[in-house]
Amino acid sequence: MNNLIKNTARFVLFLAIQIIILNEVPPLHQFITPYLYFIFLLWLPFGTKRITLTLLGFITGYTLDLFMNTPGLHAAACTLLGYFRPTILNLLLAQELSEEVNREPSIGSMGWGPYAFYTFSLTFLHHFYLVLLEWLQFGNFGYFLGKVIGTSLVSILLIFIVELAMNRRKIKR
Amino acid sequence: MFKGGALKNIIGFIRQNFTFLSFLILQIVSLVMLSSYNKTYETFFGGWSNQVTGNINKNYNAWSYFFNLKNTNAQLIAENTALRNQLGQNFVAIDSSKKLGTLVLRKDSLEKIRKFFYYPAKVVGNTFTLQKNYITIERGSLQGVKKDMAAISPEGSIVGVVVEVNDNYSKIMSLLHRNSKVSAMLKRDKIAGSIEWDGEDPSVLVLKNISKSAAPKIGDSVLTSPYSSNFPAQLMIGKVTSVIKDPSTNYLTLNVKSTTNFYNLEYIYLVENRRMADQQNVEKNEPKNE
Repeated sequence: MNNLIKNTARFVLFLAIQIIILNEVPPLHQFITPYLYFIFLLWLPFGTKRITLTLLGFITGYTLDLFMNTPGLHAAACTLLGYFRPTILNLLLAQELSEEVNREPSIGSMGWGPYAFYTFSLTFLHHFYLVLLEWLQFGNFGYFLGKVIGTSLVSILLIFIVELAMNRRKIKR
Repeated sequence: MFKGGALKNIIGFIRQNFTFLSFLILQIVSLVMLSSYNKTYETFFGGWSNQVTGNINKNYNAWSYFFNLKNTNAQLIAENTALRNQLGQNFVAIDSSKKLGTLVLRKDSLEKIRKFFYYPAKVVGNTFTLQKNYITIERGSLQGVKKDMAAISPEGSIVGVVVEVNDNYSKIMSLLHRNSKVSAMLKRDKIAGSIEWDGEDPSVLVLKNISKSAAPKIGDSVLTSPYSSNFPAQLMIGKVTSVIKDPSTNYLTLNVKSTTNFYNLEYIYLVENRRMADQQNVEKNEPKNE
Protein backbone atom coordinates (compact mmCIF):
# COMPACT_ATOMS: atom_id res chain seq x y z
CA MET A 1 0.00 0.00 0.00
CA ASN A 2 2.78 2.30 1.03
CA ASN A 3 4.54 1.42 -2.23
CA LEU A 4 1.44 2.25 -4.24
CA ILE A 5 1.04 5.72 -2.69
CA LYS A 6 4.73 6.50 -3.06
CA ASN A 7 4.82 5.51 -6.71
CA THR A 8 1.58 7.31 -7.58
CA ALA A 9 3.05 10.45 -6.02
CA ARG A 10 6.21 10.00 -8.11
CA PHE A 11 4.18 9.47 -11.28
CA VAL A 12 2.37 12.78 -10.74
CA LEU A 13 5.47 14.62 -9.55
CA PHE A 14 7.75 13.68 -12.44
CA LEU A 15 5.10 14.18 -15.11
CA ALA A 16 4.37 17.60 -13.58
CA ILE A 17 8.07 18.49 -13.63
CA GLN A 18 8.28 17.38 -17.25
CA ILE A 19 5.17 19.26 -18.38
CA ILE A 20 5.44 22.40 -16.28
CA ILE A 21 9.18 23.00 -16.22
CA LEU A 22 11.19 20.97 -18.72
CA ASN A 23 8.78 21.41 -21.64
CA GLU A 24 8.79 25.17 -21.10
CA VAL A 25 12.57 25.65 -21.06
CA PRO A 26 13.74 27.36 -24.25
CA PRO A 27 15.95 24.85 -26.08
CA LEU A 28 19.70 25.37 -25.70
CA HIS A 29 20.39 23.62 -28.98
CA GLN A 30 18.38 21.70 -31.56
CA PHE A 31 19.88 18.41 -30.31
CA ILE A 32 18.94 18.91 -26.68
CA THR A 33 15.49 18.25 -25.28
CA PRO A 34 15.51 17.50 -21.55
CA TYR A 35 13.45 14.42 -20.63
CA LEU A 36 13.10 13.23 -17.05
CA TYR A 37 9.58 11.80 -16.73
CA PHE A 38 10.62 8.17 -17.40
CA ILE A 39 12.63 8.12 -14.14
CA PHE A 40 9.30 6.99 -12.64
CA LEU A 41 9.70 3.69 -14.51
CA LEU A 42 13.35 3.37 -13.52
CA TRP A 43 12.51 3.70 -9.83
CA LEU A 44 9.72 1.11 -9.60
CA PRO A 45 10.55 -1.73 -7.15
CA PHE A 46 12.79 -4.61 -8.30
CA GLY A 47 10.04 -7.20 -8.13
CA THR A 48 7.59 -5.41 -10.46
CA LYS A 49 6.40 -7.85 -13.11
CA ARG A 50 7.28 -7.34 -16.74
CA ILE A 51 3.63 -7.11 -17.79
CA THR A 52 2.95 -4.42 -15.16
CA LEU A 53 6.01 -2.47 -16.31
CA THR A 54 4.94 -2.63 -19.94
CA LEU A 55 1.43 -1.41 -19.12
CA LEU A 56 2.68 1.34 -16.79
CA GLY A 57 5.12 2.41 -19.48
CA PHE A 58 2.30 2.78 -21.96
CA ILE A 59 0.19 4.77 -19.48
CA THR A 60 3.07 7.09 -18.53
CA GLY A 61 4.00 7.75 -22.14
CA TYR A 62 0.44 8.25 -23.27
CA THR A 63 -0.29 10.73 -20.47
CA LEU A 64 2.67 12.83 -21.57
CA ASP A 65 1.56 12.50 -25.19
CA LEU A 66 -1.81 14.02 -24.36
CA PHE A 67 -0.05 17.13 -23.12
CA MET A 68 2.45 17.33 -25.96
CA ASN A 69 0.08 16.58 -28.86
CA THR A 70 2.18 13.63 -30.01
CA PRO A 71 -0.17 10.65 -29.54
CA GLY A 72 1.79 7.41 -29.48
CA LEU A 73 5.33 8.80 -29.65
CA HIS A 74 6.29 8.69 -25.97
CA ALA A 75 3.88 5.81 -25.35
CA ALA A 76 5.84 3.62 -27.78
CA ALA A 77 9.21 4.55 -26.29
CA CYS A 78 8.07 3.99 -22.67
CA THR A 79 6.44 0.64 -23.50
CA LEU A 80 9.79 -0.47 -24.90
CA LEU A 81 11.61 0.79 -21.80
CA GLY A 82 9.18 -1.02 -19.49
CA TYR A 83 9.49 -4.25 -21.42
CA PHE A 84 13.28 -4.33 -21.41
CA ARG A 85 13.82 -3.14 -17.84
CA PRO A 86 13.71 -6.68 -16.31
CA THR A 87 16.14 -7.91 -18.98
CA ILE A 88 18.75 -5.33 -17.98
CA LEU A 89 18.12 -5.87 -14.25
CA ASN A 90 18.51 -9.66 -14.58
CA LEU A 91 21.91 -9.11 -16.19
CA LEU A 92 23.07 -7.02 -13.26
CA LEU A 93 21.52 -8.54 -10.15
CA ALA A 94 21.39 -11.72 -8.16
CA GLN A 95 18.15 -13.71 -8.25
CA GLU A 96 17.01 -12.80 -4.69
CA LEU A 97 17.43 -9.06 -5.17
CA SER A 98 15.62 -8.93 -8.49
CA GLU A 99 12.52 -10.43 -6.87
CA GLU A 100 12.53 -8.07 -3.89
CA VAL A 101 9.30 -6.04 -3.84
CA ASN A 102 10.17 -3.54 -1.13
CA ARG A 103 13.45 -2.28 -2.56
CA GLU A 104 14.01 -0.31 -5.70
CA PRO A 105 16.93 0.48 -8.03
CA SER A 106 19.18 3.17 -6.56
CA ILE A 107 22.86 3.82 -5.96
CA GLY A 108 22.42 2.52 -2.42
CA SER A 109 20.83 -0.79 -3.34
CA MET A 110 22.86 -1.57 -6.47
CA GLY A 111 26.15 0.29 -6.15
CA TRP A 112 27.49 3.00 -8.43
CA GLY A 113 28.66 0.83 -11.32
CA PRO A 114 25.57 -1.32 -11.91
CA TYR A 115 23.20 1.60 -11.30
CA ALA A 116 25.07 3.76 -13.81
CA PHE A 117 24.95 0.94 -16.39
CA TYR A 118 21.26 0.41 -15.71
CA THR A 119 20.40 4.11 -16.17
CA PHE A 120 22.67 4.61 -19.18
CA SER A 121 21.38 1.65 -21.13
CA LEU A 122 17.68 2.25 -20.49
CA THR A 123 17.92 6.03 -21.09
CA PHE A 124 19.77 5.39 -24.32
CA LEU A 125 17.25 2.75 -25.40
CA HIS A 126 14.34 5.10 -24.68
CA HIS A 127 15.82 8.06 -26.51
CA PHE A 128 17.08 5.95 -29.40
CA TYR A 129 13.58 4.66 -30.09
CA LEU A 130 11.93 8.05 -29.46
CA VAL A 131 14.21 9.93 -31.84
CA LEU A 132 14.09 7.06 -34.35
CA LEU A 133 10.31 7.43 -34.58
CA GLU A 134 10.67 11.18 -34.98
CA TRP A 135 13.37 10.68 -37.59
CA LEU A 136 11.34 8.20 -39.62
CA GLN A 137 8.77 10.91 -40.14
CA PHE A 138 11.26 13.50 -41.37
CA GLY A 139 14.58 11.84 -42.14
CA ASN A 140 17.91 13.52 -41.51
CA PHE A 141 20.59 11.16 -40.23
CA GLY A 142 22.91 13.77 -38.73
CA TYR A 143 20.00 15.17 -36.78
CA PHE A 144 19.07 11.67 -35.60
CA LEU A 145 22.53 10.76 -34.24
CA GLY A 146 23.15 14.17 -32.69
CA LYS A 147 19.79 14.26 -30.99
CA VAL A 148 20.05 10.72 -29.55
CA ILE A 149 23.43 11.49 -28.02
CA GLY A 150 22.70 15.07 -26.88
CA THR A 151 19.32 14.26 -25.37
CA SER A 152 20.58 11.07 -23.67
CA LEU A 153 23.46 12.91 -22.01
CA VAL A 154 21.20 15.66 -20.69
CA SER A 155 18.69 13.12 -19.35
CA ILE A 156 21.40 11.09 -17.60
CA LEU A 157 22.76 14.26 -16.04
CA LEU A 158 19.26 15.17 -14.82
CA ILE A 159 18.67 11.68 -13.42
CA PHE A 160 21.88 11.78 -11.41
CA ILE A 161 21.12 15.28 -10.13
CA VAL A 162 17.69 14.09 -8.95
CA GLU A 163 19.28 10.95 -7.51
CA LEU A 164 21.76 12.97 -5.45
CA ALA A 165 19.24 15.66 -4.50
CA MET A 166 16.63 13.21 -3.20
CA ASN A 167 19.34 11.16 -1.43
CA ARG A 168 17.47 7.86 -1.48
CA ARG A 169 20.50 6.10 0.04
CA LYS A 170 19.22 6.77 3.56
CA ILE A 171 15.95 4.94 3.05
CA LYS A 172 17.42 1.86 1.45
CA ARG A 173 16.14 -0.43 4.20
CA MET B 1 -13.20 -26.28 -36.44
CA PHE B 2 -9.97 -26.75 -34.48
CA LYS B 3 -9.09 -30.12 -33.10
CA GLY B 4 -8.95 -30.11 -29.32
CA GLY B 5 -5.17 -30.40 -29.31
CA ALA B 6 -4.57 -27.52 -31.71
CA LEU B 7 -6.78 -25.14 -29.77
CA LYS B 8 -5.04 -26.13 -26.56
CA ASN B 9 -1.70 -25.40 -28.20
CA ILE B 10 -2.81 -21.96 -29.31
CA ILE B 11 -4.14 -21.06 -25.90
CA GLY B 12 -0.97 -22.42 -24.33
CA PHE B 13 1.14 -20.32 -26.69
CA ILE B 14 -0.81 -17.18 -25.81
CA ARG B 15 -0.51 -17.85 -22.08
CA GLN B 16 3.19 -18.55 -22.33
CA ASN B 17 3.94 -15.41 -24.31
CA PHE B 18 1.26 -13.21 -22.78
CA THR B 19 3.74 -10.50 -21.70
CA PHE B 20 5.48 -10.35 -25.05
CA LEU B 21 2.18 -10.33 -26.96
CA SER B 22 0.78 -7.47 -24.89
CA PHE B 23 4.05 -5.61 -25.45
CA LEU B 24 3.62 -6.08 -29.19
CA ILE B 25 -0.02 -4.99 -29.08
CA LEU B 26 0.80 -1.82 -27.12
CA GLN B 27 3.60 -1.01 -29.57
CA ILE B 28 1.27 -1.45 -32.52
CA VAL B 29 -1.42 0.69 -30.86
CA SER B 30 1.15 3.46 -30.26
CA LEU B 31 2.52 3.35 -33.79
CA VAL B 32 -0.93 3.34 -35.36
CA MET B 33 -1.90 6.36 -33.26
CA LEU B 34 1.31 8.10 -34.25
CA SER B 35 0.95 7.48 -37.97
CA SER B 36 -2.75 8.25 -38.23
CA TYR B 37 -2.70 11.25 -35.92
CA ASN B 38 -4.15 13.78 -38.28
CA LYS B 39 -7.14 11.70 -39.34
CA THR B 40 -8.45 9.49 -36.55
CA TYR B 41 -6.97 11.02 -33.42
CA GLU B 42 -8.80 14.25 -33.92
CA THR B 43 -12.19 12.62 -34.19
CA PHE B 44 -11.86 9.89 -31.55
CA PHE B 45 -9.78 11.36 -28.75
CA GLY B 46 -9.27 14.97 -29.74
CA GLY B 47 -12.48 16.27 -28.23
CA TRP B 48 -12.38 15.06 -24.66
CA SER B 49 -8.64 14.85 -24.13
CA ASN B 50 -8.27 18.43 -25.30
CA GLN B 51 -10.87 19.54 -22.76
CA VAL B 52 -9.01 17.75 -19.96
CA THR B 53 -5.47 18.81 -20.83
CA GLY B 54 -6.74 22.26 -21.75
CA ASN B 55 -8.16 22.66 -18.24
CA ILE B 56 -4.93 21.55 -16.58
CA ASN B 57 -2.89 23.82 -18.81
CA LYS B 58 -5.22 26.66 -17.95
CA ASN B 59 -4.70 26.21 -14.22
CA TYR B 60 -0.94 26.09 -14.63
CA ASN B 61 -1.12 29.07 -16.92
CA ALA B 62 -2.77 31.13 -14.18
CA TRP B 63 0.57 30.90 -12.35
CA SER B 64 2.93 31.61 -15.19
CA TYR B 65 0.62 34.43 -16.24
CA PHE B 66 1.29 36.22 -12.97
CA PHE B 67 5.06 36.06 -13.42
CA ASN B 68 4.81 37.39 -16.95
CA LEU B 69 2.69 40.41 -16.09
CA LYS B 70 5.61 42.78 -16.62
CA ASN B 71 6.17 41.56 -20.16
CA THR B 72 2.47 41.59 -20.92
CA ASN B 73 2.22 45.18 -19.72
CA ALA B 74 5.06 46.28 -21.94
CA GLN B 75 3.39 44.64 -24.92
CA LEU B 76 0.06 46.26 -24.11
CA ILE B 77 1.63 49.71 -23.86
CA ALA B 78 3.36 49.30 -27.19
CA GLU B 79 0.12 48.14 -28.74
CA ASN B 80 -1.91 50.96 -27.24
CA THR B 81 0.51 53.44 -28.72
CA ALA B 82 0.17 51.83 -32.10
CA LEU B 83 -3.63 51.92 -31.87
CA ARG B 84 -3.67 55.52 -30.67
CA ASN B 85 -1.74 56.43 -33.77
CA GLN B 86 -4.57 55.09 -35.87
CA LEU B 87 -7.33 57.09 -34.15
CA GLY B 88 -9.61 59.10 -36.38
CA GLN B 89 -8.82 62.33 -34.61
CA ASN B 90 -5.24 62.05 -35.80
CA PHE B 91 -6.36 62.77 -39.33
CA VAL B 92 -7.56 66.09 -40.52
CA ALA B 93 -9.32 65.51 -43.77
CA ILE B 94 -9.75 62.80 -46.33
CA ASP B 95 -6.82 62.88 -48.65
CA SER B 96 -7.78 61.37 -51.95
CA SER B 97 -4.16 60.86 -52.98
CA LYS B 98 -3.44 58.72 -49.93
CA LYS B 99 -3.01 54.99 -50.25
CA LEU B 100 -5.89 52.87 -48.97
CA GLY B 101 -5.50 51.09 -45.67
CA THR B 102 -4.61 47.47 -46.09
CA LEU B 103 -7.32 46.26 -43.74
CA VAL B 104 -10.13 47.85 -45.64
CA LEU B 105 -11.55 47.10 -49.06
CA ARG B 106 -13.28 49.97 -50.82
CA LYS B 107 -16.66 49.47 -52.39
CA ASP B 108 -17.43 53.05 -53.23
CA SER B 109 -15.76 56.23 -52.09
CA LEU B 110 -17.93 56.69 -49.01
CA GLU B 111 -18.73 53.23 -47.78
CA LYS B 112 -16.15 50.77 -46.56
CA ILE B 113 -16.43 47.04 -46.07
CA ARG B 114 -14.50 45.24 -43.44
CA LYS B 115 -12.49 42.29 -44.71
CA PHE B 116 -10.52 41.28 -41.64
CA PHE B 117 -11.85 40.81 -38.12
CA TYR B 118 -9.56 40.47 -35.10
CA TYR B 119 -10.27 38.38 -31.99
CA PRO B 120 -8.01 38.24 -28.94
CA ALA B 121 -7.19 34.84 -27.42
CA LYS B 122 -5.20 33.69 -24.43
CA VAL B 123 -2.46 31.09 -24.94
CA VAL B 124 -2.80 28.16 -22.51
CA GLY B 125 -0.38 25.68 -24.04
CA ASN B 126 2.66 26.03 -26.24
CA THR B 127 5.49 23.75 -27.39
CA PHE B 128 8.59 24.66 -29.34
CA THR B 129 11.00 21.76 -28.75
CA LEU B 130 9.37 19.18 -31.02
CA GLN B 131 9.30 18.69 -34.76
CA LYS B 132 5.56 19.38 -34.84
CA ASN B 133 4.69 22.21 -32.50
CA TYR B 134 1.20 23.35 -31.61
CA ILE B 135 -0.22 26.21 -29.56
CA THR B 136 -3.42 25.74 -27.54
CA ILE B 137 -5.63 28.78 -26.96
CA GLU B 138 -8.66 29.35 -24.80
CA ARG B 139 -11.17 30.38 -27.42
CA GLY B 140 -13.27 27.98 -29.42
CA SER B 141 -16.13 27.66 -31.84
CA LEU B 142 -18.58 29.10 -29.29
CA GLN B 143 -16.52 32.29 -29.35
CA GLY B 144 -16.30 32.47 -33.13
CA VAL B 145 -13.10 30.57 -33.94
CA LYS B 146 -13.08 28.68 -37.22
CA LYS B 147 -10.60 26.37 -38.86
CA ASP B 148 -7.91 28.05 -41.02
CA MET B 149 -8.06 31.37 -39.21
CA ALA B 150 -4.66 33.08 -38.97
CA ALA B 151 -2.92 33.79 -35.66
CA ILE B 152 -0.66 36.80 -35.13
CA SER B 153 1.29 38.00 -32.11
CA PRO B 154 0.55 41.33 -30.33
CA GLU B 155 3.55 42.85 -32.10
CA GLY B 156 1.91 42.06 -35.43
CA SER B 157 4.17 39.23 -36.55
CA ILE B 158 2.63 35.94 -37.62
CA VAL B 159 2.33 32.88 -35.35
CA GLY B 160 0.40 30.13 -37.15
CA VAL B 161 -2.90 28.81 -38.43
CA VAL B 162 -5.87 27.29 -36.54
CA VAL B 163 -6.09 23.55 -37.28
CA GLU B 164 -8.50 22.17 -34.68
CA VAL B 165 -11.45 23.74 -32.89
CA ASN B 166 -13.77 22.51 -30.16
CA ASP B 167 -16.29 24.37 -27.98
CA ASN B 168 -13.90 26.38 -25.82
CA TYR B 169 -10.38 25.59 -26.98
CA SER B 170 -8.58 25.61 -30.29
CA LYS B 171 -5.26 24.34 -31.51
CA ILE B 172 -2.94 26.35 -33.70
CA MET B 173 -0.29 24.81 -35.93
CA SER B 174 2.69 26.96 -35.02
CA LEU B 175 5.07 28.22 -37.71
CA LEU B 176 7.47 25.82 -35.97
CA HIS B 177 5.84 22.76 -37.56
CA ARG B 178 7.36 20.63 -40.30
CA ASN B 179 4.17 20.88 -42.36
CA SER B 180 3.58 24.59 -41.88
CA LYS B 181 3.64 26.66 -45.05
CA VAL B 182 2.77 30.35 -45.40
CA SER B 183 3.00 32.53 -48.49
CA ALA B 184 5.61 35.25 -47.92
CA MET B 185 7.49 37.92 -49.84
CA LEU B 186 10.60 40.05 -49.62
CA LYS B 187 9.74 43.61 -48.72
CA ARG B 188 12.46 45.03 -50.99
CA ASP B 189 11.27 43.75 -54.36
CA LYS B 190 7.91 42.07 -53.54
CA ILE B 191 9.07 38.67 -54.81
CA ALA B 192 6.99 35.90 -53.27
CA GLY B 193 8.03 32.52 -51.89
CA SER B 194 6.86 30.31 -49.08
CA ILE B 195 7.98 30.35 -45.47
CA GLU B 196 8.58 26.96 -43.87
CA TRP B 197 10.52 25.44 -40.99
CA ASP B 198 13.28 22.83 -41.23
CA GLY B 199 12.86 21.55 -37.67
CA GLU B 200 16.25 22.76 -36.52
CA ASP B 201 16.45 26.09 -34.72
CA PRO B 202 13.12 27.42 -33.30
CA SER B 203 14.18 31.00 -33.96
CA VAL B 204 15.13 30.48 -37.62
CA LEU B 205 12.59 29.95 -40.41
CA VAL B 206 13.32 29.10 -44.03
CA LEU B 207 12.05 31.11 -47.00
CA LYS B 208 11.94 28.85 -50.06
CA ASN B 209 11.25 29.24 -53.78
CA ILE B 210 12.52 32.80 -54.13
CA SER B 211 13.34 33.44 -57.77
CA LYS B 212 17.03 34.03 -58.52
CA SER B 213 16.17 37.38 -60.05
CA ALA B 214 15.68 38.70 -56.54
CA ALA B 215 18.72 40.23 -54.94
CA PRO B 216 18.07 39.74 -51.22
CA LYS B 217 20.49 41.31 -48.77
CA ILE B 218 21.13 40.26 -45.21
CA GLY B 219 18.77 42.17 -42.94
CA ASP B 220 15.96 42.49 -45.50
CA SER B 221 12.45 42.24 -44.05
CA VAL B 222 10.20 39.33 -44.98
CA LEU B 223 6.43 40.04 -44.95
CA THR B 224 3.31 38.01 -45.63
CA SER B 225 2.38 38.16 -49.30
CA PRO B 226 -0.93 39.38 -50.70
CA TYR B 227 -1.55 35.87 -52.10
CA SER B 228 -2.26 34.26 -48.75
CA SER B 229 -5.94 33.56 -48.14
CA ASN B 230 -5.82 33.62 -44.34
CA PHE B 231 -3.13 36.18 -43.49
CA PRO B 232 -3.54 39.89 -44.22
CA ALA B 233 -0.74 41.12 -46.48
CA GLN B 234 2.36 42.92 -45.21
CA LEU B 235 2.56 41.43 -41.74
CA MET B 236 6.08 41.06 -40.39
CA ILE B 237 7.63 37.58 -40.44
CA GLY B 238 11.33 38.18 -39.88
CA LYS B 239 14.66 39.36 -41.21
CA VAL B 240 16.98 37.57 -43.64
CA THR B 241 20.10 36.21 -41.93
CA SER B 242 21.73 34.26 -44.73
CA VAL B 243 21.23 33.33 -48.37
CA ILE B 244 21.81 29.78 -49.61
CA LYS B 245 22.52 29.50 -53.32
CA ASP B 246 21.86 26.13 -54.86
CA PRO B 247 23.25 26.00 -58.44
CA SER B 248 21.02 23.04 -59.35
CA THR B 249 17.76 25.01 -59.11
CA ASN B 250 16.44 28.35 -60.24
CA TYR B 251 15.43 29.28 -56.73
CA LEU B 252 17.12 30.72 -53.68
CA THR B 253 16.62 29.54 -50.11
CA LEU B 254 16.89 32.14 -47.36
CA ASN B 255 17.28 31.71 -43.62
CA VAL B 256 15.01 34.12 -41.78
CA LYS B 257 15.28 35.12 -38.13
CA SER B 258 11.71 35.04 -36.86
CA THR B 259 10.33 38.24 -35.31
CA THR B 260 7.79 36.34 -33.21
CA ASN B 261 9.18 35.20 -29.90
CA PHE B 262 7.63 31.73 -29.61
CA TYR B 263 9.03 31.16 -26.12
CA ASN B 264 6.83 33.60 -24.21
CA LEU B 265 3.53 33.88 -26.05
CA GLU B 266 0.82 35.10 -23.66
CA TYR B 267 -1.85 36.52 -25.93
CA ILE B 268 -2.38 36.26 -29.62
CA TYR B 269 -4.87 37.68 -32.09
CA LEU B 270 -6.90 35.55 -34.44
CA VAL B 271 -7.64 37.07 -37.82
CA GLU B 272 -10.76 36.14 -39.69
CA ASN B 273 -10.88 36.83 -43.39
CA ARG B 274 -14.55 37.25 -44.29
CA ARG B 275 -13.76 36.47 -47.89
CA MET B 276 -11.51 33.47 -47.39
CA ALA B 277 -14.08 30.90 -48.54
CA ASP B 278 -14.71 32.90 -51.73
CA GLN B 279 -11.00 33.16 -52.48
CA GLN B 280 -10.35 29.48 -51.83
CA ASN B 281 -13.30 28.48 -54.00
CA VAL B 282 -12.19 30.46 -56.97
CA GLU B 283 -8.63 29.17 -56.60
CA LYS B 284 -9.81 25.57 -56.36
CA ASN B 285 -12.16 25.51 -59.34
CA GLU B 286 -10.76 24.50 -62.70
CA PRO B 287 -11.99 26.69 -65.53
CA LYS B 288 -14.35 24.65 -67.69
CA ASN B 289 -13.09 25.62 -71.13
CA GLU B 290 -9.50 24.63 -70.45
